Formats: sequence, C-alpha cells, structure tokens
Amino acid sequence: MTAVSRHNVSVSGLADGPPIVFVHGFGCDQNMWRHVVPAFETTHRVVLMDLIGAGGSDSADFDAQRYASLDAYAADVTAVVRELDLREAVLVGHSVSTMLVAMVQLAEPERVASLVMVAPSPRYIDEPGYVGGFGEEDIDELLESLASNYLGWSAAMAPAIMANAERPDLGDELTASFCRMDPAIAQVFADATFRSDSRSLLPQLDVPTLVLQCTDDVIAPIAVGEFVADQVPRASLVLLDATGHCPHLSAPEATTEAIVKFVRSSDRASA
Amino acid sequence: MNPDGGSAPIPVQSPVQSQVPLTTPPSGRPAADEADYLYHRAPCGYLTTTPDGRILRSNETLARWLGWSTDELGAINFRQLLTVGGRMFHETHVAPILRMHGEARAIAMDLRRRDGSKLPVLLNATMDRHDESAPGDVRIAIFDATERRSYERELLRAKERAEASEERANALARTLQQTLIPPSLPLIDGLDLAAAYRPAGDGSEVGGDFYDVFDLGHDEWIAVLGDVCGKGAEAAVVTAFVRYTVRALAVGMSRPSILMAELNERLIHHDGDRFCTVVIARLRRRGRGWDAEVSVGGHPAPLLLSGDDRARQLDAFGPVVGVIDAVDYHDHVVHLGPGDALVLYTDGVTEASGPEGFFGERRLLEVVDADVRTGADAVVDTVLSEVLAFQHGHARDDIAVLALAVP
Repeated sequence: MTAVSRHNVSVSGLADGPPIVFVHGFGCDQNMWRHVVPAFETTHRVVLMDLIGAGGSDSADFDAQRYASLDAYAADVTAVVRELDLREAVLVGHSVSTMLVAMVQLAEPERVASLVMVAPSPRYIDEPGYVGGFGEEDIDELLESLASNYLGWSAAMAPAIMANAERPDLGDELTASFCRMDPAIAQVFADATFRSDSRSLLPQLDVPTLVLQCTDDVIAPIAVGEFVADQVPRASLVLLDATGHCPHLSAPEATTEAIVKFVRSSDRASA
Repeated sequence: MNPDGGSAPIPVQSPVQSQVPLTTPPSGRPAADEADYLYHRAPCGYLTTTPDGRILRSNETLARWLGWSTDELGAINFRQLLTVGGRMFHETHVAPILRMHGEARAIAMDLRRRDGSKLPVLLNATMDRHDESAPGDVRIAIFDATERRSYERELLRAKERAEASEERANALARTLQQTLIPPSLPLIDGLDLAAAYRPAGDGSEVGGDFYDVFDLGHDEWIAVLGDVCGKGAEAAVVTAFVRYTVRALAVGMSRPSILMAELNERLIHHDGDRFCTVVIARLRRRGRGWDAEVSVGGHPAPLLLSGDDRARQLDAFGPVVGVIDAVDYHDHVVHLGPGDALVLYTDGVTEASGPEGFFGERRLLEVVDADVRTGADAVVDTVLSEVLAFQHGHARDDIAVLALAVP
C-alpha cells in the first residue's frame, strides 16, 4: 500500500504550483483545514493527509509499539512527502504535528522550504524551568476520558469499517463523519503526543518558521509559543486573537491571512 | 445579575443553595411559566455558552448538581467546569467537531463540583450557525451519568480481563502447539530434513496438524505427518495421543501399514469421535540413498521429487484413521537416490483457497518442480511461501510440510 492511499491524501489546487502540505493534530483529521485551504488553491499545489487512525486513513499495519514514539508519525508524513516527490514545500502543522513537520524538515531538508506551526508545543508536561501547562496525572485523565468516550466504539464502528470495501454507502458515511479516531490508536497517539519532548529539535531547524499562537489556548499557552519562537532560529511569532486550540476553525480568516503573508514573504526572500 | 446578558429575561429563581423541593406546578399555569419551569427544573442540566465557552445561561438543575448558583455559573467559562484531562479532550476533539459539524453527541466528561468532587456526565451540544464562519451560541444538555459510568468502568475492567485472559489462552495454545511438533529435526547423515508448520489465522487456536521424525536405530527412521480433525484443546489431546502412540508402536513394528492399522484400533478405542489422517514413512539406508516404505491413512499422498524426472504424487491411499474397525493399509515402496526428495504435507496446502480457487495438487507439483531443488529447506520454503502468497498471507487452515531429501 502506498503512503498516499494509506493516509487518504488529497491533492488540489495548481498542479505545478509550489507545494503546501497541511497536517492535522491529535483529535481531528484533514477536514479541519477546510477554511484555510481555498486561499492556497489558486497559487499552490495543496496536499492534505490523515494521520494513522484518523479520518479516512488505513490503519491495517498499525503497531502500538512503533507508534508509541512521534518518530513513527513523522516518518508517515515524510513518506507522503517523498512519494509525491515534493520539493521546497511549505509544511503546515497543527498542535502535535508542528513537531512532526519539524522532524520532516530535519529528515528531508531539501524538500522543505519553510514551516508553519499552528498552536505548537514541544513539551506539554511541566518541568523545572519549563512550563508546558500539564502534569503527568492530567495525561492519565485524558487517556481515561478517551477510554470512556470510546467504550462502545469498537462494536459499533468496527464492522462498518471492516465492511467498507463491500459497502461503499457506509464508506461515504464514514468519510462524511468528522474527526473520526480509531479508539485504540487514539490512546497510543495521545500518549505519544502528550508525553513527548521535542524541545531539542527546535534550535536545529534552519528554515523560515511561522509560529501562530492563540491568545487563549489551554493546550498550548502563550508562554509555550514564545518559547518555540525563541528556540527556532528563523522563527517569527504571530499572536492571533483567538480562543481555543484550533484558530483555523475559530479564527479562520486571521489564520489564513497570517499564513498567506508568511508564504509570500518567504517566497520573496528566496526569489 | 441576569447572566444571559440582555436577551429574553428569565426570572432568576430562588438561589440554589436553598435546595427548594421540586413541587408539581399548579394546573392552569401560563405557558410561559411552564416553559420556564421546564427549563429550570428539567431532569437534565442546560447550559448556553458563547462559541468561546463563556456561560450565558444555566438551569437550576445543573447549578444544584454542581453546588453553584446559576449566577455564579454565569461568571465562568464552561472549560473551567472540566477536569484538565477532559479539557484536553474537549479542545482537541469536541470543540473542533462542534465548529465543523454544529453538533456533538454523547460526550462523556467529568464536571467539577464546587467542592472539587467530580460529576460524571454525558453531554450533547449544538451550535447555532447561520453559516459555518459565523458561529452562534452553544447549547449543551447535560445528563448525570454517575451510575452509568460506574457500570461502564465495570465493563471496561471486564473487557480488560477478557483481553488478558484471551492473551493467556493464546500463549497456552502456542505452548501446547509447540509440544505437538519436535523442537528441532534430527540430523541424519545422508538425509537432509526440513519442515515448516504454520497455524491457521493468527495462531490463537491450536491446530490439528503435526509431524515427527524419530530414530529406530540401525539406520532406520520413521517420518510421520498428520492432521487430526478439529481444532482447539480437545483436538490437541488427540494429536498428542496419535504422535506418542506412533512413537510407542514403531518399536518392533515391521511395516508402516501394520503400524497404521494398530494406530487405527488404538484411536477408535481412545476417542470414538475424533479421527485423523496420517502418512507414515519408514526410511532405511541403502547404498547412497534410502528405501522408503510409505503408508497413507486418508491423507494426501506424498510427492516424490526426482533428480531426473518430473515431480509426481505417489499412488498411495488408504482409509482415514480412527473411524472403521479392522481396516487394511498398504505400503508403497520407493527408492530415494541422490537428488531425490519425499515431501509430506497436510491439506492446508492443497485446499488453501484464494481468488483463483483451490491451490490444488497440480499447482503444488508445478511449484516444487519449478524449484531448483537445492535441498529440503528450499522445497519447504517454496511451498510455504507460495501457499501463503496464494491466500494473501492469511492461512485459513494449518499448514504442515516435511521434506526429506537425499543430497
């Protein structure tokens, strides 16, 4: 199976335009970029994907041990970028995927021209001298919350997904659903995400990087966004007047505008 | 005072702390009062918030559950009522769904009471939307899920126990399976041996296939391969019985056909219901090769791969073992010279089914014939990989293959 089909990749916009890739974060799928994408379709080749266990991805070869580390998710993004043979791409990540796109940049420097980090956090758990916003026990609580929310999931959804190939009507229904997560994978992904520490990556990034920070985000507070912008050598920080963790949904115009501006200025810089 | 910020006023009822007993409204009460009563005294909690979660209005039921007054609730954000873990789930999953879909259903959350304790709830939420880019108020209906949650926790624990016990059962099955085939094949001077066993499906159930190779002394060996009907622990008991009975009977038994007939009697008396198919080969060294006497009991006849001829299936047959009393078996004698090989296999090979139908004897002969015959290992590897590839990696039945090649 190719990475493109495994990750339900959709490509739109200008076929020969410069590539821009959007990667959703934990808890959602590629649907969440829907307000941002149209602004780039006239100028860019737009690539959307679903991470394993999310949306319309194929998780047949999911291995809980391998996916206990963010490296495995980053390798999936890298595989898509390689398979499409993208060069000089803008990689846009949300939430945990800001660190995934950072890993891709380090793994494939010639394929990545710049990074956009929407609501980034390299480390969610507090440590002496660092405030991530959460304690270990909060992560346990989240995992418990996931478990109780998906108690009946397997029985209700698994047959539908398994029968998908023979029943395209069900497939359509699933595609139309929002932020679908495979519960077993969601547990592993949440654990990998919220216990990860990617701080050491930040100083190694050597491409223009836009950090988009919301004013009121409980998942990635302002101090964390400032930390990221401070650690990444070529970062610029833009504060969005937006509540919550998903400015591309709660303040789509401002988010889009900030990314458009950044992409234009990096284009000029490289031209 | 009024937390709804100026829209249709709702008379603020007596403060929650007073714990007013719910009384039946007098009949003939005006509809507006009835609606108000239904809102505040509903058997579920109601909240109206801004898109950002600021609480605009709440009902008395919720206020009472949480130990706050409706006024006090009006001063905080819905997120503040959530536990930290719940807030993470809300921010990363529920809030985006609500924004995109306008609706989120049956979300399990814990709300924090004024005294810090947790109230397990199930909530449904809708967001008013003129269009997607202009989100309106969020309305949330909240159901006390205390009993339900403790029941679910029991279910969750039961599920974990079931998974753990399934894992133990699988481990037991694997251990049991390992006792049915030799841990390694003996090394025989002048005879190259290889075998493979592959359980059906995910290997969680003990299969009925087995094989064995053992020494009778004086350059005489017995190779046996068979298939007990059925699967699971009961079949495994019979498989073990057959394997050890063959070993016990082989000593002093002159021909495989007599051994087979004796095994037939023993199995009938051991277990009237279970039968098996077996092929037994006795090998005796002669010159640079081996004489093989082969007896078949209801089993696919072995293949003879010849160094200078096409592969063929031995013309050997005999009745199934363990069904009919006092039946006769026959011996088929072949000589294995250098470059020749004898291949024993179970019907998991030939009856493997894929999109092209059954794997079948003819395909098996083609596969082994095309093989360069670089020894027993190569033959076994080729058969196993071809059969698995034919079924796209999912073996529906056990597969056992045993090859004896003269180098």
